[in-house]
Amino acid sequence: MSGHETYQPQNAFMKWMERRLPIAGLIYSSFIVYPTPRNLNYWWTFGGILTFMLAVQIVTGIVLAMHYTPHVDFAFNSVELIMRDVNYGWLLRYVHANGAAMFFLAAYIHMFRGMYYGSYKEPREILWILGVILLLLMIATGFMGYVLPWGQMSFWAATVITNLFSAIPGVGEAIVTWLWGGYAVGNPTLQRFYSLHYLLPFVIAGVVVLHIWALHVVGQNNPTGIDPKSERDTVSFTPYATIKDAFMLVCFCIVYAWFVFYMPNYLGHADNYIPANPAVTPMHIVPEWYYLPFYAILRAIPNKLMGVAALGASIAILAFLPWLDTSRVRSANYRPLYKQVFWIFVAVCIGLGWLGAKPAEGGYVIAARILTFYYFFHFLVILPVLGWVERTKPLPNSISESILTPARSGSGTGTVT
Amino acid sequence: MTVISADPTRRDFLFIATGAVGAVGAAAALVPLIAQMNPDASTIAAGAPIEIDLGPIAEGQVIKVFWRGKPIFISHRTKKEIEAARSVQLASLPDPEADDKRVKKGHDQWLVLIGICTHLGCIPIAHQGNYDGYFCPCHGSQYDTSGRIRQGPAPKNLPLPPYKFLSDSKIRIGEEDASPAAHA
Repeated sequence: MSGHETYQPQNAFMKWMERRLPIAGLIYSSFIVYPTPRNLNYWWTFGGILTFMLAVQIVTGIVLAMHYTPHVDFAFNSVELIMRDVNYGWLLRYVHANGAAMFFLAAYIHMFRGMYYGSYKEPREILWILGVILLLLMIATGFMGYVLPWGQMSFWAATVITNLFSAIPGVGEAIVTWLWGGYAVGNPTLQRFYSLHYLLPFVIAGVVVLHIWALHVVGQNNPTGIDPKSERDTVSFTPYATIKDAFMLVCFCIVYAWFVFYMPNYLGHADNYIPANPAVTPMHIVPEWYYLPFYAILRAIPNKLMGVAALGASIAILAFLPWLDTSRVRSANYRPLYKQVFWIFVAVCIGLGWLGAKPAEGGYVIAARILTFYYFFHFLVILPVLGWVERTKPLPNSISESILTPARSGSGTGTVT
Repeated sequence: MTVISADPTRRDFLFIATGAVGAVGAAAALVPLIAQMNPDASTIAAGAPIEIDLGPIAEGQVIKVFWRGKPIFISHRTKKEIEAARSVQLASLPDPEADDKRVKKGHDQWLVLIGICTHLGCIPIAHQGNYDGYFCPCHGSQYDTSGRIRQGPAPKNLPLPPYKFLSDSKIRIGEEDASPAAHA
């Protein structure tokens, strides 16, 4: 096993460098010999995919900013100019727009993986909370980016979302005027959103550094949820995790490219190819798919303030997950009841997403109310109670035992030589 | 001289004084950074009152004008619409307000509203919904012929802009009448 050996600079320059700025040593210890549990499955590759997506969004975003004009009179046309006149502009924009969707897809898979395997539990609470902060930053960045093309959906998304703040008693209206820089969504709004849309990805990058730092302090969780106990339980990051991440990244990019090249507008709304018109609200406004579950929660509650509060709570509650889940066993592989509850929760989230795209009327509203109730019930009642009443399966003695002995806990059926 | 004393020293004074000045300075520096986000002078200037000629608006018609970037609905109500608005039990309304408090005295047929749904800011559509008033396509709020919320997630009635009658067929939006007849 390559274990934890330290970096030994080979040539004179690297020796000179290492005494002054030991960055090569940091990379070596963090991404080459860093021990990772040997049983990581493909669900663990989405952290790397997310890092890649952030890089793609920053690179394409910087390039798009060279051609985009943040002004209400020119924004829409400048986007059309990017699509028609700028060399490869259509590609860069489609990569960026679909990249946002793929970014969220990877983030949601990454979060559900953390929930299934209990990756948020002691000692990974801070790691998880940093992840929730990253989700919030992504939501804000994605929203403001969606406003920039200044189509009908852009304008009305900006109006509806900024108006969420008007629900705050007393100061709500003043806050909304302050956010707009006017009496309605207008040019000052567009310009500040552009500024912040450029800034926030770099804030995300900073929090990602903290996220990875926290990860490397406590170490990765793994499908058994038990800590590595010896060198037999781990392999070095490179080549094992590197190649696994890289392979999955390529598979992910196939899906990504399929959207970019074959159905680049599938996830968007035709209304956003109509220039923003403050006089007419489109008949059916829906956010992008990755906000739909939260949107469904907002609409499920017939009271404005409570609806907005529920929307905020549905995200904020994630930060408390490490303490709401009272079970000491991390992985759902050893929690038969939680495993079922987890998949019900996944289905509820998808159901909310589906309802968020439907008109707010009749049976859809009732269904959204039931699912919204269940969403909070899952966190506030099921998880705390389940930790006390559930009979968990026996945990393996070590990671290597769990994969080297056949079918002990329902996993792995092959024989081992 | 050399003993460590519990009494305040000149260094303690400097420490507290520097910290206090620094904190005040940081707070003061935040003022312009936050205030710059509020509407600028040109935006405020562009929000000056506007005059609207009511002559061309036919009975039963609703027109839309813009004041401060907000759509203003001016409705020339029919007798039927006024009656519908006045025959409602006030207690049954989510945001109870009498119809005659929402129009200017002697101008019952003219309803002037800010056409922004009080839920999340979409623009309702006139002459639609169960109350033949205004229907918001975003989340299904329904307003009556007085612009009062009747059904749906919106918490409040459609707000009234400040305006006054210059003559029977002309109003100025952005200025309130001096008389107390207007809404509370």
